[in-house]
Amino acid sequence: MSPDAPSSPSGALREDVSDDASVSLSTAPFDRPGAEQPPTGKDALRIVHVYPHLLGTYGDAGNAIVLRYRAQARGIAVELVVVQPGEPVPSQGDIYLLGGGEDAKQTAAAHELRGDGGILTAAGRGAALFGICAGYQLLGETFLGVGGAVTAGLGLLDVRTDRLESRAVGNMLARPVAGSGLSDLIGFENHGGATVLGPDARPLGHVAIGVGNGDGRGTEGAVQGNVYGTYFHGPALALNPALADRLLASAVGELAPLDDALCDALRRHRLQEVLPATARVGRLQRLRRRLPGGGRGTGTSGATATLSEVPTSAG
Amino acid sequence: MPTPTERARLTLALRAGRLAGWLSRRLGRGAGAVVRGRVVLGLAPGALRALAAGRRTVVVTGTNGKSTTTRLITAALGGDVATNATGANMGPGLVTALDDQRATTAVLETDELHVPAVMRATEPLVVVALNLTRDQLDRTHEVSRTSRVWGEAFGARPVTVVANAADPHVVAAALAGTPVWVDPGLRWTEDATVCPRCGKLLDWVDGRWSSSCGLTMPEPDYLLTADGVRVPGGEEVPLDLRLPGTVNRGNAAFALAAAAVLGVPPATAAARLTAVDTVDGRYAQLDLGGRPARLFLAKNPAGWAAALAMIDPESQLVVGINARIADGTDTSWLYDVPFERLAGRTVGAIGDRRTDLAVRLHYAGATPVVDDDPVRLAAQLPPGPLVVAANYTAFRELRRHVA
Repeated sequence: MSPDAPSSPSGALREDVSDDASVSLSTAPFDRPGAEQPPTGKDALRIVHVYPHLLGTYGDAGNAIVLRYRAQARGIAVELVVVQPGEPVPSQGDIYLLGGGEDAKQTAAAHELRGDGGILTAAGRGAALFGICAGYQLLGETFLGVGGAVTAGLGLLDVRTDRLESRAVGNMLARPVAGSGLSDLIGFENHGGATVLGPDARPLGHVAIGVGNGDGRGTEGAVQGNVYGTYFHGPALALNPALADRLLASAVGELAPLDDALCDALRRHRLQEVLPATARVGRLQRLRRRLPGGGRGTGTSGATATLSEVPTSAG
Repeated sequence: MPTPTERARLTLALRAGRLAGWLSRRLGRGAGAVVRGRVVLGLAPGALRALAAGRRTVVVTGTNGKSTTTRLITAALGGDVATNATGANMGPGLVTALDDQRATTAVLETDELHVPAVMRATEPLVVVALNLTRDQLDRTHEVSRTSRVWGEAFGARPVTVVANAADPHVVAAALAGTPVWVDPGLRWTEDATVCPRCGKLLDWVDGRWSSSCGLTMPEPDYLLTADGVRVPGGEEVPLDLRLPGTVNRGNAAFALAAAAVLGVPPATAAARLTAVDTVDGRYAQLDLGGRPARLFLAKNPAGWAAALAMIDPESQLVVGINARIADGTDTSWLYDVPFERLAGRTVGAIGDRRTDLAVRLHYAGATPVVDDDPVRLAAQLPPGPLVVAANYTAFRELRRHVA
């Protein structure tokens, strides 16, 4: 970090009491214990985690952790660069990660990234970009920023984002586009955006359970060259190692196989238990909405009528 | 004053509620506190206001530490205090607690989003606002919104807010009331990167934050020190807690501040805190097939970071993760927990989402041992003191094994 970089601590629970001063916990991948970077030559794979202070909720840092692990496990040296707003975005990275964030932060991030220009140069060189939720939307042509204003994105994906009628929250399953070589895409979505693809972008998959792009065509995510966007939020690459390896391969070429037994067990559990249960609940809710007097959301707070004046969902 | 009709209606509703609670227990559906309160509120929507009338009430809220701080304040006040000790912290649970307990002082743990409604009904003297961090984002969405909701509630009527000076989202809300500032020692900055008032990046220097709009960390009235709590006037009151960890010493600082507002001198309050050893199963001793273990509850990234900080390197660790409605159904937050602290260690994984956890531990550099049975799992781990840390519903299931 440069000396004049923002002095904000990077995501840490710290014990400031003097005799406990040695305890310093961080959740940022770049300064976690055991995560020191060996000095890397110029051949190291450069992963750039873009603005986690603005684009980072829901475990988004997990994607950097996963990519680094899967590269290092194959003997590939990795340099993980975390760039905060105000710092220059390197233009020579191999893979750029952009996470989720609320409207105001998303708008600020788009503004900063356009002004900085580093990520645009990188995209022009063919670097891989991976955006989730707000990060996906701001890679596109337009999205809805503060107060619902149509806001210019980075124009790296031929997509435009409007608002969904009601927020999409829940487990999601998408079948990959034929011939993509990806496996079923699994994970969780939590967004209010409806994203429509233009002719230059292709969907990442087709939604089997959940909402995804919410474009009325059942698509999920977008791909255009090496630029990827998705509504699978948080640690999407931890749940979808084939997608993680796709990003890595775009930078370093063919990859040796890894032992993914633990992840296979996770994916079996999601596909055989979690997702079918989600689908059953979804069918029940649709049925309830069709019944007379239906249409009310099912509260998750357990509040009574007199004590639930606070709505439990934001736009 | 309630009319005779209203009073009759309340009496009827409370009786119906007790019957529903009794039925629930007889049917083996749990303690019945929530169903009982729901029945009461369904028949008499003003029941909470009526039950709280005439009491001195403290409302305790925040993402982490609600139950423990509620327990500590109850102890600090001494004598007979009405409280919702089982953690049922929305309207129905509060109704049940107040129907059962006649004490003229009440300390009520309250869910973050139910603070406005509970404040309107109970008109508390004091609200304790502990912290606001990410938790169950599928339900509560963003901490900035909760901060705004609190600010409106704190400004609606005069109230003393015992508030965390180190948490910008709490400070922005507490300024709407009459604040008493507490610095509980810990800093969780993952959710405190931008100013809740102006949206610009916060400047953090030496554990203190400020914003370019002028919002700045207030000077604390109560400050956690190495040995105790520095209270107004500069005296340092020693703490001798049986609850582990700096996080609980911070909770004790909030308890001293809240008790002082109700007239209990800090030294008196501090001496009473030593009696607290478990809080509704938290920190309890388990017996896992003959192997003793200590049970921890952690529900979200900040809570997990605090729990991991309490676990010494010689201990063996089992982590339990569920993703039911009460836990939040999205497990993405596992990647916000600094499990990298466990790199190189063998760690047990239990709970409905043990496979999610195993992958997370793997990427953190730990070696997971996965099993659905805590007794079988305990037998597979290397020797040493055993700690079992679990999120909410996994924790509740593990309480079956309390020694």
